[in-house]
Amino acid sequence: MSTPDFRNVSPLAAPPTRDAATANGALDGKTPQGPLAGAWDRYRAEVQLINPANKRKYQVIVVGSGLAGGAAAATLSELGYQVSCFCYQDSPRRAHSIAAQGGINAAKNYQNDGDSIFRLFYDTIKGGDFRSREANVYRLAQVSRDIIDQCVAQGVPFAREYGGQLANRSFGGAQVSRTFYARGQTGQQLLLGAYSALSKQIATGGVKMFSHCEMQDLIVIDGHAKGIVTRDLFTGEIQTHMAHAVVLATGGYGNVFYLSTNARGCNVTATWRAHRRGAFFANPCYTQIHPTCIPVGGDYQSKLTLMSESLRNDGRVWAPAKKGDKRAPQDIPESERDYYLERKYPSYGNLAPRDISSRAAKEACDDGRGVGDHGLGVYLDFADSIKRLGEPLIRERYGNLFDMYEKITGENAYQRPMRIFPAVHYTMGGLWVDYNLMSNLPGLHVIGEANFSDHGANRLGASALMQGLADGYFVLPYTIGVYLASEGGKKLPKADHPEAAAVREASTGRLQKMLAINGKRTPGEFHRELGLLMWDKCGMARNRDGLQHALQRIPQLREEFWQNLRVPGEAGNLNHALDHANRVSDYLEFAETMCFDALHREESCGGHFREEYQTEDGEAMRDDDNYAYVAAWEHKGADAQPYLHKEPLEFKEVHLAVRSYK
Amino acid sequence: MNLTLKVWRQKDSKSPGRIETYAAKNIPESASFLEMLDIVNEDIMHAGGEPIMFESDCREGICGTCSMVINGYAHGGQRGTTVCQLHMRHFKDGDELTIEPWRAAAFPVVRDLVVNRSGLDRIIQSGGYVSVRTGSAVDGNALPVPKKNSDLAMDAAQCIGCGACVAACKNGSAMLFLSAKVGHLGLLPQGQPERHRRVLNMVRQHDQEGFGNCTNQYECEAVCPKEISSTFITRLNRDYAVASARELLGAV
Ligand SMILES: Cc1cc2nc3c(=O)[nH]c(=O)nc-3n(C[C@H](O)[C@H](O)[C@H](O)COP(=O)(O)OP(=O)(O)OC[C@H]3O[C@@H](n4cnc5c(N)ncnc54)[C@H](O)[C@@H]3O)c2cc1C
Ligand code: FES
Repeated sequence: MSTPDFRNVSPLAAPPTRDAATANGALDGKTPQGPLAGAWDRYRAEVQLINPANKRKYQVIVVGSGLAGGAAAATLSELGYQVSCFCYQDSPRRAHSIAAQGGINAAKNYQNDGDSIFRLFYDTIKGGDFRSREANVYRLAQVSRDIIDQCVAQGVPFAREYGGQLANRSFGGAQVSRTFYARGQTGQQLLLGAYSALSKQIATGGVKMFSHCEMQDLIVIDGHAKGIVTRDLFTGEIQTHMAHAVVLATGGYGNVFYLSTNARGCNVTATWRAHRRGAFFANPCYTQIHPTCIPVGGDYQSKLTLMSESLRNDGRVWAPAKKGDKRAPQDIPESERDYYLERKYPSYGNLAPRDISSRAAKEACDDGRGVGDHGLGVYLDFADSIKRLGEPLIRERYGNLFDMYEKITGENAYQRPMRIFPAVHYTMGGLWVDYNLMSNLPGLHVIGEANFSDHGANRLGASALMQGLADGYFVLPYTIGVYLASEGGKKLPKADHPEAAAVREASTGRLQKMLAINGKRTPGEFHRELGLLMWDKCGMARNRDGLQHALQRIPQLREEFWQNLRVPGEAGNLNHALDHANRVSDYLEFAETMCFDALHREESCGGHFREEYQTEDGEAMRDDDNYAYVAAWEHKGADAQPYLHKEPLEFKEVHLAVRSYK
Repeated sequence: MNLTLKVWRQKDSKSPGRIETYAAKNIPESASFLEMLDIVNEDIMHAGGEPIMFESDCREGICGTCSMVINGYAHGGQRGTTVCQLHMRHFKDGDELTIEPWRAAAFPVVRDLVVNRSGLDRIIQSGGYVSVRTGSAVDGNALPVPKKNSDLAMDAAQCIGCGACVAACKNGSAMLFLSAKVGHLGLLPQGQPERHRRVLNMVRQHDQEGFGNCTNQYECEAVCPKEISSTFITRLNRDYAVASARELLGAV
């Protein structure tokens, strides 16, 4: 039985580093040579194909059934591969992608407002604060157009104009209308599209679906990812699954903060366990705090609810101009309101990107001008739009969001402004992948929010759905062939291979250990304490002292977890407390790497705001000379600091520039 | 506020279940119903017991995971609301609440309030899709759809697949669920080529899964958190009749 490791790492001075050139060549992004435009077409023209009869001989595991995993599993099966797909929910249709509200970007230029592949590419690179890989982003912008076509053909009921054409809206960080949407339920409709394609393949036998089945660990044999160990959450059964290649599409790690807009079950387990088996974790400190969420109500709270960013198209954000102004919003005259986004960023106004808007809200609250019981909120006001457009139109555009707001807060936002506050929403960091979407571990591919690839240090609204579907439908199904072709005649190891058996035993042992502790604190209590610490020290703003404090506290909390955890029941049937404990145990390790990353990056960029690095008027100060690289961390085992690998970022098509939205 | 909960506890699908009583103490009004259960579960665990198993994920009314019957109403009886969106301000201090799982022949209990709804997935697998291979689609705007149809299709497509319609139906029928998918795809040009085969296959799968017949009581519509209209069932019946007739003529 293996015991979990406690990495008692002291706050580090400077992490050891090697850069890509010296790191056994491990961090080669494998981006194609030549100009970006046309690079993906050239790649596809030259890539080695696997003949259809041979595809049937390859088993591929896809962990995740969200936009990325669902699309990939369906498409790989259509191509002829034998696919096994896993999700922790009781149905693939419930993956967290279902919750996305606002929309999906595509460079269709249907509005004839000057959009193009290059402009979407440029906006994404700039929005990401010049911390993403050009070649990947260009490809993303290019295939964005195919996504819309594919989804329309599946029957996704996108919003339409009276003439029957597809409608668009604008979204934060862009000056064109390129966002496609289906009321306030875009993620749901896109996911149901992918789910329907997946369902069809399940019916044909091309995909074996394993619902309520959680990946516990990755099986690596001779340096290649060759399978996974899973636990059936309904029955507790531990299973071993072998495959020629493994694809992780397991979403983001926002729940490391405990409170976030993510679903309760979202976890870092799959990616973290793969990391422990050798996959590098890239840029874990890049997390996105969404500016428009419903403020925290009390300490019983289990999650935060997003109010779609699309609301900022018609809502105006403001805070009282005077400190401690406790008057009701309607009693505060125009002249005593501070429409701070319009004031500070006149050209983008209320549509300033997320990181900037969130920080501006924090600034107002830190300044004592926050609203609501705890002073942690600002107003999002629709009064002007209602006057201009009439309530019916506002209702048509945002009715479901206003209803959602009323259900949670009991307040009517047609009559008084919404109270909003930033909340953790998305994680740009993830497992490191190359242009083929393969991690440094051969055979392990990572797609969707689980990888680090396309959004740099900040993601623009409506770009995650785009990336998930791009990866799943249009990129991975090609690029995985590169690996599989090279694996050619190699035999698939059996489930009783000693490596596989060892991983399986480790998974069982870990769960048994948690059950045996019989201490006093529940998984939820540990999770909440970790979350508060991370929000405080590694949240919207970070500094050296705070991060060092967190790096001291996390190992203590982890140690306490393994000594004082209480999980009732058994491993042999449905046991939610055990599922939760298992996920928390991984957050307790992952959080530390996140803080290492935040501490080592001595600059401010996108969602990573280091208080020491800001301009006089509080804007982020990037340091391109020293930090224009991807930080990819290697797990070094028990009691060791993670090891930093760098992938330098080169910008050929866009010029590194100060990101201004003024 | 303080409440008394009478909760269905059942160890697994084979064991018999029973109602047990719990006190929910010091519950804030602004908490959601599931947060109230979280608080009760923390208390149970601290007292050395096993928490009440209930499912939830998004906790904002869109994933369709949460599922329980409160005082006889699937999702608790608030119009257009899933149980995760239900807030305690709708209850009073001293209330007694009975909480049970979805009850239907086609939804075996897994544990406590958790049931197995995989039958709904298999209904979709039998035909709830448009067959279009990835990469083979034409330009999105090459296929105009009248706004009215598209909006109506969206009304149906909003179904979250929670199964409340089945739980509310005395026959355990999943007709509202089924009709929502058939209606969504049937209203769009993309759904036409497979329209007849789809409805026949899906209805057959529905029956095979052990879901009951629809006898037009429309309890389903009343509890549907997405307020999907029973007119989609009428539409389904029409489609089914046409498809059956065509099948007899060998034209499906
Ligand atoms: C409230 C909200 C609103 C959003 N709105 C938008 C928007 O308007 N536009 C936009 O572009 N983006 C939006 N996003 C972001 C976007 O929804 C996500 O980034 C994206 O959907 C992630 O897709 P995915 O396929 O990578 O992962 P997910 O959809 O999270 O899917 C993860 C899958 O992995 C499975 N899984 C996870 N862990 C395991 C494990 N250990 N074992 C087995 N299976 C596992 C899950 O069951 C699930 O099937 C929003 C996000 C939130 C939270
Ligand atoms: S938990 Fe997702 S709908 Fe209730």
